[in-house]
Amino acid sequence: MEGINYEASIMFLIFVFATLGITYWSAKRTRTAKDFYTAGGGISGFQNGLAISGDYMSAASFLGISGLVYLKGYDGLIYSIGFLAGWPIITFLIAEKLRNLGKYTFVDVASYRLRQTPIRVVAATGSITVVIFYLIAQMVGAGKLIELLFGLPYELAVIVVGLLMILYVTFGGMLATTWVQIIKAILLLFGATFIAIAVLYAMDFSFHNLFEKAIEAKDGDESIMAPGALLSDPLNAISLGVALMFGTAGLPHILMRFFTVANAKEARKSVFYATGFIGYFYILTFIIGFGAIVLISQNPQYLDASGEMLGGSNLAAIHLADAVGGSLFLGFISAVAFATILAVVSGLTLAGASAISHDLYARVFKKDKVDELEEMKVSKIATISLGVVAMLLGIAFENQNIAFMVGLAFAVAASVNFPILFLSIYWKNLTTKGALFGGVAGLFLSLILVILSKTVWVDIFGFSEAVVGLDNPALISMSVAFLVIWFFSITDKSGDAKKERDAFEAQYIRSQTGIGV
Amino acid sequence: MNVELLERIKNSPSYKELLEKRDKFTWGLAILMFFVYFAFILIIAFAPEIFAIKISGVITLGIPIGVGVIVFAFVITGIYVKKANSEFDKIIAQIEESVRE
Repeated sequence: MEGINYEASIMFLIFVFATLGITYWSAKRTRTAKDFYTAGGGISGFQNGLAISGDYMSAASFLGISGLVYLKGYDGLIYSIGFLAGWPIITFLIAEKLRNLGKYTFVDVASYRLRQTPIRVVAATGSITVVIFYLIAQMVGAGKLIELLFGLPYELAVIVVGLLMILYVTFGGMLATTWVQIIKAILLLFGATFIAIAVLYAMDFSFHNLFEKAIEAKDGDESIMAPGALLSDPLNAISLGVALMFGTAGLPHILMRFFTVANAKEARKSVFYATGFIGYFYILTFIIGFGAIVLISQNPQYLDASGEMLGGSNLAAIHLADAVGGSLFLGFISAVAFATILAVVSGLTLAGASAISHDLYARVFKKDKVDELEEMKVSKIATISLGVVAMLLGIAFENQNIAFMVGLAFAVAASVNFPILFLSIYWKNLTTKGALFGGVAGLFLSLILVILSKTVWVDIFGFSEAVVGLDNPALISMSVAFLVIWFFSITDKSGDAKKERDAFEAQYIRSQTGIGV
Repeated sequence: MNVELLERIKNSPSYKELLEKRDKFTWGLAILMFFVYFAFILIIAFAPEIFAIKISGVITLGIPIGVGVIVFAFVITGIYVKKANSEFDKIIAQIEESVRE
């Protein structure tokens, strides 16, 4: 893959023109803050389900997980299951309550009966941290991928992604973001289905054949069929499990999507469709990863002199697309991968910008004394700033493993956003003091533990040994966050705390019935 | 929401019915999902050899179980949505009806 890939470039340009058209159309329909943050609340459950999948099925999922299956076999499936396991929890405990209580962001819900300023600040900080970690991962993936597939230099690729996402979000708001995500979800599901069917076709639709040939290709190594070294340390496995399950329920860009539908019923339907699409997609990535072991790992066309995959194992799905569908389909999948990144970064940027403009600027800084146009203007400035930050960090973090960065975002989501949101909905005794201290503890603890873990301490700072053996801090940081929230809430005897507890019943009734929305 | 409306909802028999039926159901499902997922994770953490048991040719027990967890997540979400659409929404409509003056 030397020089510019014309098929991929043309298909990607078609996608860009179509989405810019949608952005232009959306811009004319985005007049109020409600339009900007939630597409006016007029997205249907099915559309939102697709958009949620488009928001969630990132390039890290598609390329990272199929690459992980390619390298480690079964271990990749463990990640897939973790990425899915949080969805039923969101359906049962979060989605409808969120829709019944909130307006634009999950922080609206967290601060419903608590003191606005401290809760908004801590929850918005959690959101922005998650958004930035996640954005770095996406940007790095984007740069690498586009460099390889389209022949653009890494920095230029990151800048192109950053600029397009700024255009979508600034002008088209949530409506454009939603449609970019819907289109991308359809393209990605179609592309992944095609690859998986082509793999199964080559194996005579027999899973026995697929797995047998994969073991053969790995020189008889049967360890790819069972959990292996990736999660050999029990604490690491449990901690990753906690991060993936509860982190999903604390991702600000996902939670925000529940405000784009009209009511709790549509919110519930959205998660059902999303769970189906995402689950189906992860089963496909498993087949794709094994397909790549069989069809790619011994084909010199896709390997370098030392027998490693050209461009690294994250490109397993891309090479497989070429192997089963030829250069035209390779172009299609490359364009889809590019589109995937754009859709995810747009959702993230919108969520980050909302945290800045709605939660911090309008509610905290201006104490609610702000008109809608001004709030929208701030959110657009925030979008552009986040875009620029994402581009700079994307360039700075060029050589990090993208799957790990997503893991970090999940850890913060599970340790800050999730405990505050969950307890604010369900626990009467939660007070501002508890939520504030617990949120801060969760945030700092997850960041510090990440810095002291192997990924940063050894791989980036170059120390010989990690201070903390846990790759993912969620088990500790989330537990401590819950504990701190509990302790400072029950010991809070202030007058404010009493008012907050008394306000719970009204909030609870509204969360249950949606009456008064 | 005003205090009077709040009291009316709180005292409506339908509201009590909603809490009783829905809370039990949703928490039950949530706990079930939690157990299924962490049982899966704990087996990987402490007894991965269970998933390496071959059940058919080279196919190991871990593969149908892994895919099964994904399918299970989807199915129980579907069960909840079906029940909520058919039963809980009706109770909420009854509450709305009964408190509307």
